[in-house]
Amino acid sequence: MPNINDILIMLPEFYLVAAACLLLLMDAFMKPAQRPLLHWVSIIVLLVAMYLVIVGQPPQTVTAFAGMFVRDGVSEVLKVFTLGVTAMLMVYSRPYLIDRKLPIGEFYALLLFAVIGIMLLVSAGNLITIYLGLELLSLSSYALVALSRDARLTSEAAIKYFVLGALASGMLLYGMSMVYGASGMGGTPSLDLAQLHQVMAYTTAPTLLVFGMIFMLVGIGFKLGAAPFHMWIPDVYQGAPTPITAFIASASKLAAFGMAWRLLDGGMGDLSQHWQLMLAVLAVVSLAIGNLVAIVQTNLKRMLAYSTISHMGYLLLGLSAAGPEGYAASMFYAICYALMGLAAFGVMLALSRAGFECEEIADLKGLNQKAPWFAFLMLLAMFSLAGVPPLVGFWAKALVLEAAIHANMLWLALVGVVFAIIGLYYYLHVIKVMYFDKAEEGGTLVVQQDKSLRVVLSLNALLLLALGMYWGPLLDWCRHAFGL
Amino acid sequence: MFNHLLSLLIWLPVVGAIPVLLAGAARPHLARWLSMLVAVLTFVASLFLLQQYNAAAGGMQLTESYLWIASWGVHYGLAVDGISVALIVMTTFVGILVIAGAWEVIQNRPHQYMAAMLMLEGLLIGVFCATDALLFYALFEAILIPMFILIGIWGGPRRVYATLKFFIYTFFGSVFMLIALLYLYQKAGTFDMATLAALPLTMKEQTWIFFAFLIAFAIKVPMVPVHTWLPDAHVEAPTGGSVVLAAVMLKVGTYGMLRFILPIVPDAGAHYAWLVIVLSLVAIVYIGYVALVQEDMKKLVAYSSVAHMGFVTLGIFVAFLLVRESGDVGMAQLAMQGAMVQMISHGFVSGAMFTCIGVLYDRMHTRSIKDYGGVINVMPWFGFFYVLFAMANCGLPGTSGFVGEFMVILASFSANPWIALFAAFTLIIGAAYTLWLVKRVMWGDITNSHVAEMKEINGRETFVLAFFAIAVLALGIWPQPLVHLMNSSVSQLVQQLAIHKI
Repeated sequence: MPNINDILIMLPEFYLVAAACLLLLMDAFMKPAQRPLLHWVSIIVLLVAMYLVIVGQPPQTVTAFAGMFVRDGVSEVLKVFTLGVTAMLMVYSRPYLIDRKLPIGEFYALLLFAVIGIMLLVSAGNLITIYLGLELLSLSSYALVALSRDARLTSEAAIKYFVLGALASGMLLYGMSMVYGASGMGGTPSLDLAQLHQVMAYTTAPTLLVFGMIFMLVGIGFKLGAAPFHMWIPDVYQGAPTPITAFIASASKLAAFGMAWRLLDGGMGDLSQHWQLMLAVLAVVSLAIGNLVAIVQTNLKRMLAYSTISHMGYLLLGLSAAGPEGYAASMFYAICYALMGLAAFGVMLALSRAGFECEEIADLKGLNQKAPWFAFLMLLAMFSLAGVPPLVGFWAKALVLEAAIHANMLWLALVGVVFAIIGLYYYLHVIKVMYFDKAEEGGTLVVQQDKSLRVVLSLNALLLLALGMYWGPLLDWCRHAFGL
Repeated sequence: MFNHLLSLLIWLPVVGAIPVLLAGAARPHLARWLSMLVAVLTFVASLFLLQQYNAAAGGMQLTESYLWIASWGVHYGLAVDGISVALIVMTTFVGILVIAGAWEVIQNRPHQYMAAMLMLEGLLIGVFCATDALLFYALFEAILIPMFILIGIWGGPRRVYATLKFFIYTFFGSVFMLIALLYLYQKAGTFDMATLAALPLTMKEQTWIFFAFLIAFAIKVPMVPVHTWLPDAHVEAPTGGSVVLAAVMLKVGTYGMLRFILPIVPDAGAHYAWLVIVLSLVAIVYIGYVALVQEDMKKLVAYSSVAHMGFVTLGIFVAFLLVRESGDVGMAQLAMQGAMVQMISHGFVSGAMFTCIGVLYDRMHTRSIKDYGGVINVMPWFGFFYVLFAMANCGLPGTSGFVGEFMVILASFSANPWIALFAAFTLIIGAAYTLWLVKRVMWGDITNSHVAEMKEINGRETFVLAFFAIAVLALGIWPQPLVHLMNSSVSQLVQQLAIHKI
């Protein structure tokens, strides 16, 4: 019987579930003309949830429902940024949804359910909770990708995402079952991450345990989009409606980091000598494939998809250091990446309108002449993604590189910087198109007039600069979450 | 008010760029005057710096240090010694002249041009006074952004190629320096440059770190064989971009050597001094010959920049030889002093040369030497300045170009006469390519009708060139104040060379 304490610990999640259901009902009973109201309602819902997360944060780590749910510093940071990033994303999406007459109610409700999935995932204390959160997030995301169901590319992307996602979930589940089995050999079988942490010490089937761990790693790799499990990323990024792509590129990455950390450090911490090198290899392959293939892309969304793959490589650099310093660096990276990705997609959303998707790099031609402010925001996002100081992307890279050096993996850090140089090219190319190319005569570039979008997007991009100048508090918050 | 003078010097132009940007395309004239105001104020502030700095005492002064990132122990640390002061004053001086030089030349979005220039100026000043390695690195890299924009938007026909090459090339070098700094941070637990200087390192560590630093700074200087970005960047950059690039940005490379290689890895530096000396001599002799055959004026001056910067690196590393092998501290000081004077002098001379080429280009829209001839007949005043700067470029006594080169050659003679012999080649080659350039462009009969239509320099151009001329002559005739300003800082640097860290 759950006591009131358990419910209080999970209050933000319960609240969000209730709000999401209510939103669905409102959508069903509202007149079409009133539906745009849902936009502001859902943003307020997210902000209130963020408030609940921060205010209700217990000083120590607490668990609810017999360890199924953990509320600690890491979950707090990830939840706050997930909620914040999603709220910003909603602001960017409004004109897009209205222009294209996409189903507004479903969009917000599904987005809220996906957020609940993320919140469960990053707070999971048990393999079951991980799976539950992951599926809630994934199923909502599949549906979101298919939102504009008449578009051919979108349907293709959704099917691909679903099939590959299901496969990865299967792998994860298979791995979990093996780990569960290994935990039962020589002791009581358990799904609890805290208990699994000890399994290595007593299990009579260590090979089975490591085998299961590898399958789980595949699931993590898929969720992160790290090569060689990256095949879905380019197609889904390109095919999905831009707001959904932005969601997958931002909040979803925070979730993936949370899941990876919970499973690897929480459940499989004693196996770190096994997964450390595997993560390092994933990182190197992701850096290589992401950066090299991104160079030849002409579609901006697809380019950013490959750039995501390379960024996940950097994120893995920190994770593979297998220590609190490295995890803090990785989390910092995930947060910064979410903000950078969001800004880049935000500019694309600001330049798109009904009948015109700003998604080819060539669409940005001469942007500095037509809309200098938006060109500047995109410039900030690109330099930040490329890792050029004083933007925050540079510090995020420096942190994960430092973590790798700290873990005696100087070679990995060197690989990281070499690919940073290669990666620089395609970000500079976008800036070149915006600033150095002449705008075509009679071009069709029109910027969305939506005030809230302009303001929030500007704040988003300027935040990259501000954080780059003063990144101490964010880093401290991340380090504090890992007990540093 | 002088407590935060260095911060003021950095942030005044950077923040000042914002109103310039906001002044907008609609009121270009307002943007121009605003940026001029900011540049002049920065220059005035740098004069205060000159007055506040106690040259006799030497050492790091006007220190500002605030904890920036607590968990990494990174400080927002600023301080200057005599060398930094000289470079900062040169930067602010050139800053005014490039803004005046671009006045009506830049018609395409002048507010963005001016703002980028001001940001560049502020960041460069920051590089010259950072005392925290991470702050230095961040500023060192951030410089690339405004320069990338300057070359890319306002450059010549192949500007995109040139600016991408410039950015990626320099970025390539500096990332290895980042790894070296992170490694040092692992060992020392801080990025404070004074602490890093005292950190004991094994020879193996020093060697790796030395090469990481060397590649970062050698690309910036640039030294042979990593100089190939420079001619492209110079040729395609707008005049102001070329001036700042040659006058100030190249010095960031040699300045970095002084601040990082000398104190942090002195033993590896001494061990590989021969390598840098050989590369410097190659720059002086071989690149001099390369300059001789150029048909593009800007390219010619760009290559001559590489050759002249060779003297700076030569001076710095000959000092290593002198201290470590012959123990001749006095001569080492002369070599180092010569390198520093050469740095400042080259700033003015190359800036002036590029300004002159800009003046010609604005009239003829070509940089090819063969399109000119007999310019002196139509532009006598311009000819006066042009010949003066050309003389300074080949190191004629009485101009600033002579002082530094002479000191370096003198000092290297006592290290090894062969080094001096090759270094002295510059007197012949430098004179050859410069005078031949002057002959083909200036003297003789008017070769074509376009030259005949050229107009004499206007008041604004005269103003810019006259200020450059004053600086060049002042340093040439009376270098004593500059030498005095840097003297105690230089001797402190030389003393550091003798410290073994193994």
